[in-house]
Amino acid sequence: MAKKLMKGNEAIAEAAVCVGAINYFAYPITPQSEVAEYLARRLPEVGGVFIQAESEVAVGNMLFGAACSGKRVFTTSSSPGISLMQEAISYMAGAHLPVVIVNIMRGGPGLGGILPAQSDYFQAVKGGGHGDYRLIVLAPSSVQEAVDLTILAFQLADKYRAPVMMIGDGMIGQMMESVEFPAKYQDPPLPPKDWALGGARGRKPQVIKSLFLDPIALEKNNILLAEKYKVIRENEVRYELYKVNNKNRLLLFAYGMMARICQTAIDELETEGISVGLFRPISLFPFPEKEVYREVLKDNIERLLTVEMSMGQMVEDIERCSKGKKPLGFYGRTGGIVPMTEEVKGAVKKELGLVK
Amino acid sequence: MPKQFEVTLAGFGGQGIMLAGQLLAYSGMAEGKQVTWVPSYGPEMRGGTAYCTVVISEGRIGAPIITQPQSVCVFNRPSLEKFGPMVKSGGLLFINSSLVDIASGRKDINEYLIPATDTAVKIGSVKFANMVMLGAYIHITSVVKFETILQIFLEKMGDKRQFLESNRIALEEGRKFVQ
Repeated sequence: MAKKLMKGNEAIAEAAVCVGAINYFAYPITPQSEVAEYLARRLPEVGGVFIQAESEVAVGNMLFGAACSGKRVFTTSSSPGISLMQEAISYMAGAHLPVVIVNIMRGGPGLGGILPAQSDYFQAVKGGGHGDYRLIVLAPSSVQEAVDLTILAFQLADKYRAPVMMIGDGMIGQMMESVEFPAKYQDPPLPPKDWALGGARGRKPQVIKSLFLDPIALEKNNILLAEKYKVIRENEVRYELYKVNNKNRLLLFAYGMMARICQTAIDELETEGISVGLFRPISLFPFPEKEVYREVLKDNIERLLTVEMSMGQMVEDIERCSKGKKPLGFYGRTGGIVPMTEEVKGAVKKELGLVK
Repeated sequence: MPKQFEVTLAGFGGQGIMLAGQLLAYSGMAEGKQVTWVPSYGPEMRGGTAYCTVVISEGRIGAPIITQPQSVCVFNRPSLEKFGPMVKSGGLLFINSSLVDIASGRKDINEYLIPATDTAVKIGSVKFANMVMLGAYIHITSVVKFETILQIFLEKMGDKRQFLESNRIALEEGRKFVQ
């Protein structure tokens, strides 16, 4: 298929349509409203359903109900809206339901602002709802990758019967880049949805729920979830290295759009004779734990630096995975302010003791 | 590093800033280059400021937002005040001299005074000012071909094809100011 120039929000919407996810529930919120705008026009063309709910609480529960049918269902929102869905997300994780949730993050806490942020990392990765559950969390750093990871999100949701969240900052939703969609999409082999509820004619009745009043049964469900997360940790780690080599003095860690800005900083530092590499986690859960440790251990790496559009969230995972082997610094901006190339360069130089 | 063009276009809402940036991005893509287009977005109102940044590169694009762009096109005075100081040293600044009666005062950049709005009015509508400016910018930088941008205009603005000729003239007139 020919390349198209699209906004991240529109591209995510089209990627969902591409994999047959035509059941969409949402409530508008900046900076992701273009997803709903796009799908309001697009879904009727493909026989899909778009319900604009009365609130994000309702969206979460519509997803829960619709996901039980075994059809692909999804929503998109931004930070405060995602907070309102947390109860349903926990329920869907407990009920082993495949669903895709996209969070185009804006600055918080509270109603915060509408400009780009990465301050929902903890909420997405460490579990914003209650109970012993995880989400598979994916973080694109280009519009093309937003398309690719949206497609992957639906596959992983079905493969593991689990909610998958994709997080991007407001910038990736708003910016335009060239994208390509699969000309003829076909799912990889996926398990049959024999758990779905579509009427019990010809089979025994089955129930999808997250309520287990018997402690033995509830623990059994938790063990089942934990076993699933173990398999996910083994099979679904994704990351990218940029200019990582044995000349690097410092290793940067950044995800999403922040990683793009770090790449430019690395290119410019290179021309000044300062060699820096970038480790970009793509799956935030499962986190590339072993891979981070492996790169941190390399002899040439003197220091580590995490850069985020937050006050420091992923940095805690880098700290955990680097096991204190190298000094770890942090640089971040918030409130919708994006750390620019010059700031990242300055932070790197400061970390290396090249400037005060 | 691969050859890369960066331009920030800035003015007030309604001057066709976003569209001019998109036409540029589409054209770059049509010529096989990597492109990014990032708009300003915020709690803006009609008549408020609008700006976008376009990057066109022969290689992978890192940061799509640029603190010191190589080129800036400003369509009104608040934009000059905000973005004039940001132009990279040695870079290019295009000023809509119809609406901005001052220059940047910088000696380390190349400055072009383009009476974009007045020229657009002569062509038939104030709305062509963005194309007059693009004509000047494209001529100086050769970032894309004139034919490409007209082709893109036809593809993307098919319902406005009666304006193709006026837009072509606007590009040409813009080019004349910097020839």
